[in-house]
Amino acid sequence: MGRELTEAIIDGILGGGVYALMAVGLTLIFGVLDIINIAQGILVVLGAYLSYVLAVHLHIDLFVGLLVTVPAMFLVGITIQWAFIRPLRGRERTSMSLLATYAVAIIIEGVLYIIFGANYVNLNSWYVTTGPRVFGFYLDYIYIYGFLLAVVLVAAIYVTLYRTQFGRSIRATMQDHTAARLVGINVNRVQMLTFGIGVAVTAAGGMVFGATGGGFNPNTGYDLISRLLAIIILGGLGSIAGAMIAAIFMITLEGVVDVLWSPSWSVVVFYIALVLVLAFRPQGLLGRKEVRAQ
Amino acid sequence: MSPPPAAPRAIRSARVARLARPGALLALLVIAAVFPLVVTNALDTQFAVDTLIYVAAVAAWNLFSGYSGYISLGHAVFFGSGAYTVGLLTEHWKVAGGTIFWLLPLAGLVAAAIAVPFGLIALRVRRHTFVVITIAIFFIFQLLAYNLSFTGGNQGISSPFFLWSAQNYNNPFYYVALILAVGTIALSWLIRHSRFGLQLLAIRDDEDRARGLGVRAMRVKLAAFVISGGITGMVGGLWWFFIGQALPETAFNPIFDVTVALMAFLGGFGTLAGPVLGALILEPLQQWVAITFTNGYTGEIALGVLFLLVILVLPRGIVPTGRELATSWQARRTRRRGGPGAPSGAAPPGSPAVPSPSPSGASSASGGGVQ
Repeated sequence: MGRELTEAIIDGILGGGVYALMAVGLTLIFGVLDIINIAQGILVVLGAYLSYVLAVHLHIDLFVGLLVTVPAMFLVGITIQWAFIRPLRGRERTSMSLLATYAVAIIIEGVLYIIFGANYVNLNSWYVTTGPRVFGFYLDYIYIYGFLLAVVLVAAIYVTLYRTQFGRSIRATMQDHTAARLVGINVNRVQMLTFGIGVAVTAAGGMVFGATGGGFNPNTGYDLISRLLAIIILGGLGSIAGAMIAAIFMITLEGVVDVLWSPSWSVVVFYIALVLVLAFRPQGLLGRKEVRAQ
Repeated sequence: MSPPPAAPRAIRSARVARLARPGALLALLVIAAVFPLVVTNALDTQFAVDTLIYVAAVAAWNLFSGYSGYISLGHAVFFGSGAYTVGLLTEHWKVAGGTIFWLLPLAGLVAAAIAVPFGLIALRVRRHTFVVITIAIFFIFQLLAYNLSFTGGNQGISSPFFLWSAQNYNNPFYYVALILAVGTIALSWLIRHSRFGLQLLAIRDDEDRARGLGVRAMRVKLAAFVISGGITGMVGGLWWFFIGQALPETAFNPIFDVTVALMAFLGGFGTLAGPVLGALILEPLQQWVAITFTNGYTGEIALGVLFLLVILVLPRGIVPTGRELATSWQARRTRRRGGPGAPSGAAPPGSPAVPSPSPSGASSASGGGVQ
C-alpha cells in the first residue's frame, strides 16, 4: 500500500503538471476574453490526435512533432476566436460564449469520430514504456519529460506575460478592457493572440496526455473539460498560479483516492473537493474578490 | 390631407389588440388540446410529446435562469433525479397503468429537495463560476448514478409496459406533458407579474443594488431555483415513463442542459413566450436532424452547426428582436404621419436624426421588463 501510495503521489504531481499546462491556457483565455472555452477539452484530444497522425503515419517523434502541432493548434484557436467568439456582443455574451464553444466542441467531436472512430488509441514511443526505477516502481520517462515540457512551457508563458511588451498588453487587457483600449492597446488583436496561445498549449498537453493516460477517444474531451473547469475554478478564475497549484493538488488527490478507495469514486471526490472549497472560499484559492461581481 | 379621425380608430385597434392576445392564446390551447385527436400518426404524436416535454423543461429553466440571470447548466440534475425517482418508486411499489402519473409530484418533491443544498452552495457565486459549479454538480450526480448501488449502474432503470392500445399510446403522455407545459407557463406568468418576479428581475439587472434596496437576494434566488428544479424533476419523471428507460448518460445528459439554454436563447432569454417558441422550433428540428442523419456523428455535427447558426444569426432571440422590429416599424409609421403618438414628441417629425427608439443596450435590459 505504501509503495502504491508513493507511486500515486509522484504520478499525480507529474501528471498534474500537464493538467496545469492545459488549465493555464484555459484560465488565460478567461482572464483576457472573459469567456470560458468549453472546447478546451476536445481541443486537447484534437492535439493528441494530431500527434498520433504524425507519429503513426509519418513516423515523427512525439516531441519533434510538437513543432508542427503547436503552430497548427494556434491557428485553430485564432480561427475559432475570429469566427465564433469575436462576433458575440452584448449583455449575454458570457452565456453565449459558453454555448458557442460548446457547439464548436460537439462539431470537433463529431468530426473526430468520423475520422478516427470510437476506438481508444495510445501515443507510443520508446520513452512511453521504459523508465528508471524510483522508490521500488518503474516511472516511465514520458512522465518526467512531459512534466519538464509543461514546466518549460508554463515558464515561457510566465516570461511572456511579465517580461515582454506583449505580455504587458495582455495583463492590461485582463485588468480593464476599456482602459487598455484607451492607452492604445489593440484589444482585438490581444484577444485573438491570447486565444491562440491558450489553444496552442493544448497541442503539447494533448500529446503528453495521450501518452500517459490510459488511451483516448473523441469522448475523452468531456472528461478533460470537466476536470479542467474544476481546476481553474478551484484555483480562482484568471489566476495562473492558482491554476497550477489546483491542477497538481486535484490530480494528486484523484490518484490517492484511486489507491485508497476505488477508481470509480476518485472523480466524485474530485468534484466534492471543489464544492467544499467553494462553500468556504467562493473566489477560489488565489482568486480575486472582484471575480464575483456580476 | 383629410385622414379619418384618428382617435376612434386608435381606440378600436387598441380594443382589438386587447382581445387579440387572450384570443390567440385560447386558439393555441384548443389546437394543442385537439392535436392528438386529429393527427394520429404515432411518429408525429411522439414528436409532439417530445416537444411538449421540452417546452415544459425550458419554461421551468427560464423561470429561474431567465428571470434571475444565473445561467444554470445543471438542470439535468433535476431532470435525471426525477426520472430515477419515479423509476425506483415504480419498481419498488409495483405501480402500473395510469396511476403512475401520480408519482410525478413525488419526483418534483425529490428534485426540489435536491435543489435546496445545490442552490445554497452554487448561488453563493455568480456568473462563470456559477455556471461551472452547476456543471460540476451535474457531473457529481451523473457519476453517482453510475456508481451507487441502487441506481442500476450502466443498465439504468427500465419502465414497465403500459397496457393501453398501441394506436393511442402517446395520448396519455401528450396530455400530461401538455398540463405540465401549460401549468409551468402559467406559473411563469404569475411570477413575472408578482413582487417575487420583480425581485428576480432586479437581481438580474444589478444584484448588489437590489440587495441595497432590501431584496433578500439569496432567499429569492433559492426559491426560484427550487421551484424551477421541482418542475424539471416532474418533467424528467414523465420523460422516463415515455422513453421507457433511464441510463446515467441519458437521464443526466449534458446535451439536455445546453439544449434547454439554447432554446431559451433562440426564442428570447428571460421573456415569457420566447423560450416556449424556441422549444417549439428547435425540438422538432433536432428530431428531424436525428432522423435524417441516421449516422449519429453527422447528426451531432449538424446539431453543433445549428447551435452556432442560432448564436451568430439571432444572438438576442426571436421575441426581443421581433419586438424591436415592430417598435421601430411603428415609430417610423407614426413619425411619417406626424401623429401625436410619436414616441419622442420633442423631436421634429421626419427628422432623420431621430435616434432609434430602442438602442440595443436599453431594450435588452428592458426586454425583461414587466409587460
